[in-house]
Amino acid sequence: MRRDIFQAIADPTRRAILVLIAVQSMTPNAIAEHFDVTRQSISKHLRILSECDLLAQKQEGREIYYELKIDKMKEIDIWLDQFRKIMEEKFQQLDQVLFNIKNKKK
Amino acid sequence: MNLLFDFTVDKATKTIFITREFAADLDLVWDAFTKAELLDQWFAPKPYQAKTKEMDFREGGRWLYTMVSPEVSPEDVKRYSLVEFIKIQPKTSFSTRNSFADENGNSLNNAFSLVKNSFKAEAEKTTVHIEKVFDNLATLEMLATGGFIEGTAAGFNNLDEYLRTLVTSK
Repeated sequence: MRRDIFQAIADPTRRAILVLIAVQSMTPNAIAEHFDVTRQSISKHLRILSECDLLAQKQEGREIYYELKIDKMKEIDIWLDQFRKIMEEKFQQLDQVLFNIKNKKK
Repeated sequence: MNLLFDFTVDKATKTIFITREFAADLDLVWDAFTKAELLDQWFAPKPYQAKTKEMDFREGGRWLYTMVSPEVSPEDVKRYSLVEFIKIQPKTSFSTRNSFADENGNSLNNAFSLVKNSFKAEAEKTTVHIEKVFDNLATLEMLATGGFIEGTAAGFNNLDEYLRTLVTSK
């Protein structure tokens, strides 16, 4: 199943997981230690990120390690798109501010 | 009213071009981009709110602000944005150098962008054109990222680390 990548990175825990894994590949247990949530919930986040093709699994001995799987240009595009959405949102807020000021003047 | 919004990126010149129309006259739109009490009302994406610490709108002056959210109180914010005003042509355009700073306005790193905001009065509306040039792609990436997790103070430190890793692993 393919998921929406924006939905995946909208969650703060998942973003934090990506940041952690970017530094070094980690086992699910090692990842879970960084968060104050259940191991189950971390598994769910890992599954979602994997389904978005952001994580890759690597077997080492008995352990499974997760690593970041994303090329740099793709990241930039994601972030640019996010940036665009934020600018859009900010400008809509400005529309409202301008509207309120004009109404007050009337 | 249907208001134009255009956003394009030129990776080769590391520039973002934004054009946006606003349904207000030039004086009002200019104020909204240059006065702290108005900027604070719209400059941060929800649920964050921009909070100005210093504003001195003149050539050589600066605007120092941060983003707060219901979860992040101003006292906890370590990360500020610094906007230094380079050139101002009243009601026409102003250019700035934007970077990340601490609460006293000292730069946190070498990353910056140069921004030129131009304003044009039209019938019953004002068009704003923004050109944002980044010193390198990593900065573009960082600022864009800084944009999307603005305010999540913990995220910033992690992210710096993360980006450093990406840059050094190149």
